[in-house]
Amino acid sequence: MTSDELKTIATELRKNIVRMHQRGSNVGSAMSAADILAVLYFEVMNITSPDDPARDRFILSKGHAASALYAALAKKGFIDMSLLKDYLADGSTLTGHPCQNTVAGVEVSTGSLGHGLPVAVGMAMAAKHDNKTYRIFVLMGDGECQEGSVWEGAMLAARLVLDNITIIIDANSLQGYGRAEDIQPIETLVPKFSAFGWEVREVDGHNLRQLINALGAVPFAVGRPSAVIAHTIKGKGVSEMEDNLSWHYFSVPAEKVKPFTDELDGPK
Amino acid sequence: MRIAFLNKLTELMEQDGSIHVLVADTGFHVFDEFQKQFSERYLNAGISEASMIGMASGLALSGKKVFVYGIVPFVTMRCFEQIRVDLCYPELPVTIVGVGGGLTYGPAGMTHHSIEDIAVMNCLPNMTVICPGDPIETQQAVEAIMSLEGPCYLRLGKTGEKVVHSRPLKSFAIGKGLRLRRGIEVAIIATGNMLPTAVDTCNILEAAGIRPELVSMHTVKPIDRELIIELARRCRLIATVEEHSIIGGLGSVVASVLTEEGLNAEVLLKKFAISDEYAHKAGSQDYLRRQYGLTAETIADEVRVWLQRIR
Repeated sequence: MTSDELKTIATELRKNIVRMHQRGSNVGSAMSAADILAVLYFEVMNITSPDDPARDRFILSKGHAASALYAALAKKGFIDMSLLKDYLADGSTLTGHPCQNTVAGVEVSTGSLGHGLPVAVGMAMAAKHDNKTYRIFVLMGDGECQEGSVWEGAMLAARLVLDNITIIIDANSLQGYGRAEDIQPIETLVPKFSAFGWEVREVDGHNLRQLINALGAVPFAVGRPSAVIAHTIKGKGVSEMEDNLSWHYFSVPAEKVKPFTDELDGPK
Repeated sequence: MRIAFLNKLTELMEQDGSIHVLVADTGFHVFDEFQKQFSERYLNAGISEASMIGMASGLALSGKKVFVYGIVPFVTMRCFEQIRVDLCYPELPVTIVGVGGGLTYGPAGMTHHSIEDIAVMNCLPNMTVICPGDPIETQQAVEAIMSLEGPCYLRLGKTGEKVVHSRPLKSFAIGKGLRLRRGIEVAIIATGNMLPTAVDTCNILEAAGIRPELVSMHTVKPIDRELIIELARRCRLIATVEEHSIIGGLGSVVASVLTEEGLNAEVLLKKFAISDEYAHKAGSQDYLRRQYGLTAETIADEVRVWLQRIR
C-alpha cells in the first residue's frame, strides 16, 4: 500500500476511535497509536485471518489503546464493524482493555502494563523451536517502560537471540499523571535497549513512510530483537486533544464528534 | 518430592514433545541430567519470575504444555499478577511447580517460607491447586495434570518427605480426596507435606482408643465437597492439618463448605495451621512446626481435649 492509502486508513481508524470514545477514557493514547497500527495491519504484518497458524502476531501491550486495536480489527474484517458502536457498553465484548478469547484478533489480554514483551518472548521461543517463520510485534508505551518486567523480557529476548520480535514504543511522552520525560526521559530508551542487546531505530511515529521503512526492515540485525522508538503525539489528529493530558481521561462529548471527525478529514 | 516430580516429568517429556520447562534459577544439581536430555525444551529463565510466567503464557499460546519451577513465594506471589492475567484469564495449560511448600526452607527465614500461597492461588478463577502429600501422590498428580486444560499450582516440599502410600493409588484423581483410614467421631483432613504428621497423629489417637478417619486432601481447588459433607454428617469433629496460614488455606476452604452446606452446627472444625504471623527466628522445619503446634503430639492432644468437650 502507498503511504497515502495508509494515511486514509489511519484517518478512518481515528474517526472510529473518536466515535467510540463517547464512552470511556484513553482516547489520546489510542489516537497516538493509529498510524502505527495502520502500517502494521495493512502493510507490514502477514495476517489475513486471526486463526491462521502462520500469521504474524500483534500484542497491544499498552492495552489502554484498545479502541485503536478494535478499529483496526474491524477495518481488517476480523470483527464486525457494527460492534464498535457498543464499545464499553454493558454486555459488550469490547472492554476498555482488550481480552483474548472474546474478541477475534486479540492475541493477548493486556491492560496491566509490562506484560506484552515477556509473552512475546514465549511466542518467539516457540516459533524458533518449531522452525516457524512468523514474527511477533509488540506495541508498548514509553511510560510502560518503567515496569521492571519490560526489562526482564528485554534481557531474555536478546539472550535467546529472538530476532523474530519487534517492539514499537509509542513514545507520546504523556503518561497517566505527567510527562514521561519528567519520570523517565524517552531519550534514554535508545541507549537502554541497545545496552540490552537490541537493535534500535527512531522514527516519527506519524510519518507513514518512516514507519513503513523501519517496520518493513525488521529484523534490523540477524540474531537481535528489534526496537522502534516511534515519537508520537498523544491525541494526534485533533488539535484540541493533541499533547493534552486531560484527554487521557476525558470522553468525547456528543457535540464534539462532528467537529473532531471533520478536522480528521481535513479541508474539503 | 522434587525428585519424584522430576522423574515423572522426565517420563512424560519422553512421550510428549510439546512439554516445555522453565526454571527460575533454582534446583542446583537437580536438573543436571534433565537439561542435557531436554536441552531444546528446558530453559533456566533466570531470576525473573514475572517474565518467566509471561513466557510460559506465550509458549502455551503457541501450543505448548508448560511447567514453570521455582521456590514457592517467588513463583507464586512475586509474579501473582502475571499468573492472574497471563495464565488464569486465558485458561492456559501451564503448571506452576513450587518447591519449599510451607516451612520447608525454615532456616532461610520468612522470605522463603510459604504460608500464604494456597490462599492466593486458590482465589484465582480457573486455577487448580494441588498439594501432594507424599512422593507417590506427587507422581500421580503430575500425570493427572497432563489432562488439565487450564493452569495448575503444584505445591511440593523439597527432599526427604516420607512415603505414605506403599504403592501407586488406583483411585487418584484431581479434586477427589483420598481416604487412608476409616474411622468414627473424628476426621483428620491433611493437605500437602503435613500428611505424614497426620498419619502419626492417627497412630497416637488409635493407641489412645480413638478411631480417626484420615483423608489426604491433595487437591484444595476444586475441593472435594461431597467428601467433606459426608464426613461432617458422620463425625463430631473435623481437624484440618496444613503447613500454611490459618487464613485462606485448607481449613478456610473446609469451613466455607460446612457453612454453605448448613453443616456447621453439626460438626466442630478445628484448624491446625500456622497462626497469622511471620516467623522472626531461624529454625529447622521441625523446630518451626513445634512453635506453631504442628506436631503429631500436639494435634492429637488437642483432638482428644475437644472430643471430650463435645461428647
